[in-house]
Amino acid sequence: MTMSKDKFTTLKTSAVPIASENIDTDQIIPARFLKATTREGFGDNLFRDWRYDGNNEPIKDFVLNDPTYTGKVLVGGKNFGCGSSREHAAWAIYDYGFRVVVSSFFADIFKNNALNNGLLPVVVSDAFLKKLFDAIGKDPKTQVDVDLPEQTISFNNEKEKFEINIYKKECLINGYDDIDYLLSLTKEIGEYDVAHS
Amino acid sequence: MSSEAKTIFEKIWDGHVVKRVAGYPDAVFIDRHFIHEVTSPQAFDGLRKRGIKVFNTSRTTATADHNVPTKDQHLPIKEALSRHQVETLRTNCKEFGIDLYDLGHPYQGIVHIIGPELGLTLPGMTIVCGDSHTSTHGAFGSVAFGIGTSEVEQVLATQCILQSKPKTMKIEINGKLGKGVVSKDIILYIISKISASGATGFFVEYAGDSIRALSMEARMTICNMSIEMGARGGLIAPDDTTFNYIKGRKFAPQGKAFDDAVERWKKLVTDKDAKYDVELNFDASDIAPMITYGTNPGMGMKVTDRIPTVAELKEISEANSFKKSLEYMGLIEGTGLLGKPVDYVFIGSCTNARIEDLRLVAQIVKGKKKAPNVEVWVIPGSKQVEAQAIEEGLDKVFHEAGFELRSPGCSACLGMNEDKVPPGKYCISTSNRNFEGRQGPKSRTFLASPLSAAAAAITGKVTDVREFI
Repeated sequence: MTMSKDKFTTLKTSAVPIASENIDTDQIIPARFLKATTREGFGDNLFRDWRYDGNNEPIKDFVLNDPTYTGKVLVGGKNFGCGSSREHAAWAIYDYGFRVVVSSFFADIFKNNALNNGLLPVVVSDAFLKKLFDAIGKDPKTQVDVDLPEQTISFNNEKEKFEINIYKKECLINGYDDIDYLLSLTKEIGEYDVAHS
Repeated sequence: MSSEAKTIFEKIWDGHVVKRVAGYPDAVFIDRHFIHEVTSPQAFDGLRKRGIKVFNTSRTTATADHNVPTKDQHLPIKEALSRHQVETLRTNCKEFGIDLYDLGHPYQGIVHIIGPELGLTLPGMTIVCGDSHTSTHGAFGSVAFGIGTSEVEQVLATQCILQSKPKTMKIEINGKLGKGVVSKDIILYIISKISASGATGFFVEYAGDSIRALSMEARMTICNMSIEMGARGGLIAPDDTTFNYIKGRKFAPQGKAFDDAVERWKKLVTDKDAKYDVELNFDASDIAPMITYGTNPGMGMKVTDRIPTVAELKEISEANSFKKSLEYMGLIEGTGLLGKPVDYVFIGSCTNARIEDLRLVAQIVKGKKKAPNVEVWVIPGSKQVEAQAIEEGLDKVFHEAGFELRSPGCSACLGMNEDKVPPGKYCISTSNRNFEGRQGPKSRTFLASPLSAAAAAITGKVTDVREFI
């Protein structure tokens, strides 16, 4: 049975900037919010401890609490998603409404988790990232254009190609997931298992 | 270079590829799969939705560790959501036929501690778990790495994972370790040199005579923190130390099967002409007892050093993150940490909660008392470690010192269960992450070795453990 996921082709939207480096998955979703046994609802606690103070009051100057910044693209500093393997981080970002995360560098496990959930990680150059942060700083309504078939990201007059594994690209465009592919290999896998037990 | 020359990592990886299609990630067979209560429920739900079974139940083992209390484990878990999550694991394991070492079972414990001690972790294996510290198992010469829940579902459904082959990095450490320097200091030192993202995209092999001289417990500490420099995993070639550790363990091959296995395992060496994408070398004599001062594990220094100033940073782009980090920690650039009072001492986690770690702590604290300003938690990594500690009388040493010896679990490593460091408080911790809020909202973490943590427990402040040796 094929599990259909949301498909991704192109997206044009404003973006939400978090200029910190090394944004770890404990910041994206603290461990005490990992107790749910379903995939839904994690968006409420996205960046929980940056977003709310100890009395659960919104922290005004955090970007998610600032109505100036909206959109489906999240822009983060270098080494985004480091730390824990919790897929809940990707779920929380997606559940909140983001469909793309842009950074100059992603941690490996987070990148896989994002791709497995229809959230597109776009790796850009340091220079492009800086220009993007600057542009959003100047005009929070700056439109970011992400084209997955063409593998390009652009804003204003800036444009860059980004890399993505061709298989993962096909999966995102068509809404396939890895298990569909692996299940098609069960005969070979079974033979391997028997030969190596 | 011969075209056949391979690193150990490449031998194991390539030997497990069931299907390789150009441009696609490899379909890699997984020999051993560990699961726990936090990252598995959604994976089991996925199987139910698809109407499929677990591909090979004998290759998956479960335990409850992240979300469990470390006090009164015989009672029902008080917190409803935590209780539900542990009960869900129980239900899922029963329904799908998976072995579970549940709370109260003599084999229960932190997933990365019980795998090795039960002989489930063996050289040459591919091992995954929905937890980034799965890299721990690499100490046995296995390819072990953390995965997300979608991938847990892949492994349950097909015993395979789709994964692009990482690049290879060799980190060699040679020379004799100084007084008071243990394996935790080695790995904190390496991460401080190459940063929290210095090995992202790589699978690391640790080598050199300093690594060879380490026990299995000490090797596990090093491999455990491979992820803290971004590595997919880290491994150490197996040798007699490895084979002696495995011999006689519950699920390890026994008798002739063990001898045959050792002959196979001895072939797990990197070929002489094999090339790594990156090679790094460090001198053991330059390593001292280490401590972190910031909010990622790369922000570490020798305990006698001072925190760098903004002006001293290698990359100016890091200045804002660096300042934010010190502000969170309540520390000032350019100052030292020696003598800084701490409020909590946490000895535990998959990094440092094995029997050898508890022995190191006991060696420092025997006959001494903790400082009045600190609370000290010692959390053994497993029921077996706990039993061994009691058998050796370590519980008495801790009790007399005023330490609290609790029951096994991840405890204050991740601020998920009841054990949390309160806001603003400083904790010297033998765990692996000093991220903001990691040990509880607004908590402040200094990562260090069990020896350094023990010394701080006695003095109540950041201390150079060499004063005690």
